[in-house]
Amino acid sequence: MVFTRSEASVGGVTLEVHHGGSGAPLVLLHDQDVLNQPETQQVARTLAEQFRVVAPSHPGFGGSTLPAWLDSVDDLAYVYLDWLRAEFGGEPVRMMGMGFGGWIAAEIAVRCEDALSALVLVDALGIKVSDRTTSDIADVFAIPGRQLLELTWHDPERGEQAMLMPGVGQPSLDELTVLLRNRQTAALLGWKPYMHNPKLRRRLARISVPTLVVWGESDRVVLPSYGRAYAESIPGARFEVVQAAGHFPYLEQPDELLRLVTPFLVSPPTSEFNGRGPVPTAVSVQGGAR
Amino acid sequence: MKAYHFTEMPYPYVPEEVERALSSSRIVVPSKYFDPVKAADLYNRYLDEYEYADELGLDLLLNEHHQTLTCMDVAAPLSAAMLARRTKKANICILGSPIPHRDNPLRVAEEVAMLDVISRGRVISGFVRGVPTETQPSNTNPVLTRERFEEAHDLIVKAWTSHDGPFVWEGRFWQFRYVNVWPRPYQQPHPPIWISGSSVENVPWVADHQYTFASFLTAYDWTETLVNAYRTRCEAKGLPEPGPDKFAYLALCYTAETDEEAQEYGKNLLWYLNRYRHPGFNTPPGYAPPGAIAKMMLGLAGKPYKDSFESLQEKGIVLVGSPETMIKKIKYLHDRCNTGHLLMMNQAGFMSGEKVRRSMELFAREVYPAIKDLGEDRRTRPVQRELAAA
Repeated sequence: MVFTRSEASVGGVTLEVHHGGSGAPLVLLHDQDVLNQPETQQVARTLAEQFRVVAPSHPGFGGSTLPAWLDSVDDLAYVYLDWLRAEFGGEPVRMMGMGFGGWIAAEIAVRCEDALSALVLVDALGIKVSDRTTSDIADVFAIPGRQLLELTWHDPERGEQAMLMPGVGQPSLDELTVLLRNRQTAALLGWKPYMHNPKLRRRLARISVPTLVVWGESDRVVLPSYGRAYAESIPGARFEVVQAAGHFPYLEQPDELLRLVTPFLVSPPTSEFNGRGPVPTAVSVQGGAR
Repeated sequence: MKAYHFTEMPYPYVPEEVERALSSSRIVVPSKYFDPVKAADLYNRYLDEYEYADELGLDLLLNEHHQTLTCMDVAAPLSAAMLARRTKKANICILGSPIPHRDNPLRVAEEVAMLDVISRGRVISGFVRGVPTETQPSNTNPVLTRERFEEAHDLIVKAWTSHDGPFVWEGRFWQFRYVNVWPRPYQQPHPPIWISGSSVENVPWVADHQYTFASFLTAYDWTETLVNAYRTRCEAKGLPEPGPDKFAYLALCYTAETDEEAQEYGKNLLWYLNRYRHPGFNTPPGYAPPGAIAKMMLGLAGKPYKDSFESLQEKGIVLVGSPETMIKKIKYLHDRCNTGHLLMMNQAGFMSGEKVRRSMELFAREVYPAIKDLGEDRRTRPVQRELAAA
């Protein structure tokens, strides 16, 4: 599966965007510590067999620029809403957000009823569940690389082979610089309140599209109980757990993740509140009908 | 040249195995290891040493840190206040107020103005961005410390220099509808402002504002680089050639009767350098550019402070010796690095009151007279015109 890279100028930002496949659009919003390289990820490649996968790098991540005025996920959500309108001409799209990308996806979904046709959140950040002396989200900035693998992978040894993070693997100077710039932007956007918007959980009630929330059972950055609370805050959302996976189930258990999300994305379930009726089933234009 | 007595006011009694197990001397060391009774003795002894420095004719340097056994001085304005009343002549240099990490820059403006009036104009007001480990105690976004620093500085200076009633400030980080700071500072237009830093990127802003630039433990080589960056900037902007009054340098110092004794006891200064730096707290995102952090992580930048005691002396990070030796070393520092303000960490770790006072005495009586006129004839000429906004 070949992915091509292009650039899009929108709202004062130049976004790097990777595209692959054809069919109904599926936007993938990456996590903060995962390099946005869909061609290297089995889940993205496989989804591109049935969808036109579009994977932007968030402003300040990867090859995307970061204007001086952009300093919140709120800002980021509006940039993406502008981009969605420009890229897809107002047609609602399917969206899968992972980790930090899940927070962004939720903020997009609560702001605009017409932007999305279906939403998948994978180990998403963004809401506050616990009380004031408990943090829902591990302080990833203070945890050295090797220990962070233990929080993010069911099998940390595999994680060490599978991905680059600051302090993990053997990144080149250029790769590490990108990873650290990504970290810097994540810190800019999510330092305080830490990796969440105190208002978001209440607003999740506004989401009016079919939603699937998927969680790695061994995620210790955000626990499955947090994920369950996330799902329960979104009307009609379904919650699924991926066994033997941590914070990155799409890296650690790609087959299982695909098994859970693909039917949902191909044919998102109708929901009572979604007055627009069923979402058109995604039909692959490659290799015949499925 | 002026000499400033300094201690970080450490609490050295936490068992080292605790620091080692946590890989940290800051942020996460439980306060159950802090004995307030012992600390009361330490605090009062350190403050006595500062008062003694004033009696000896030295100036005083204070700083502040948070959540660390290396420094119990959590509020430089508090220590400055205690000393403002109990000292007579010494200048009291706060270096510095961590202005990005304080919630309200106007509190800094008020506190320093009050200190300046009570001391009748003896305050030097340093502003610092804060070391990386100030991030967690204040929870200030490390990516924004430079921007916060500049806005806080601008607001403080405007508050000090506006005398016609309230003004409005609607900045990015702070908003006030009535800024009208009382008291006014004693010194006009305001106390001298010093800025500390160790990277070349910080220098142009300091030079443009004609503030004294202070570097801590930066060694002769790197200090020269910083000084040259300041000079170059002044030249480019048509500002006067910076004299030694524009440069302060901090070293770990010990003066003894003989070189042998200085070499022996002076090693106790290394306690300060040998503390533990947790990798999760030492380089917060945004504190330095990503490329610089990447180089450091890949071992492409030099490792600081892993030198021998001899090597630290060769580099000028440690200055110890008999009075004759100290005179030589300080003259060398002055000649090489244009240093006009010698900041002396005279006490670290377990160094006793008795030894520290003896060191201060020997310095004041036998070293200081030989160095105090260094650079007096090369003071920076005052700027004749208003600096245009950058």
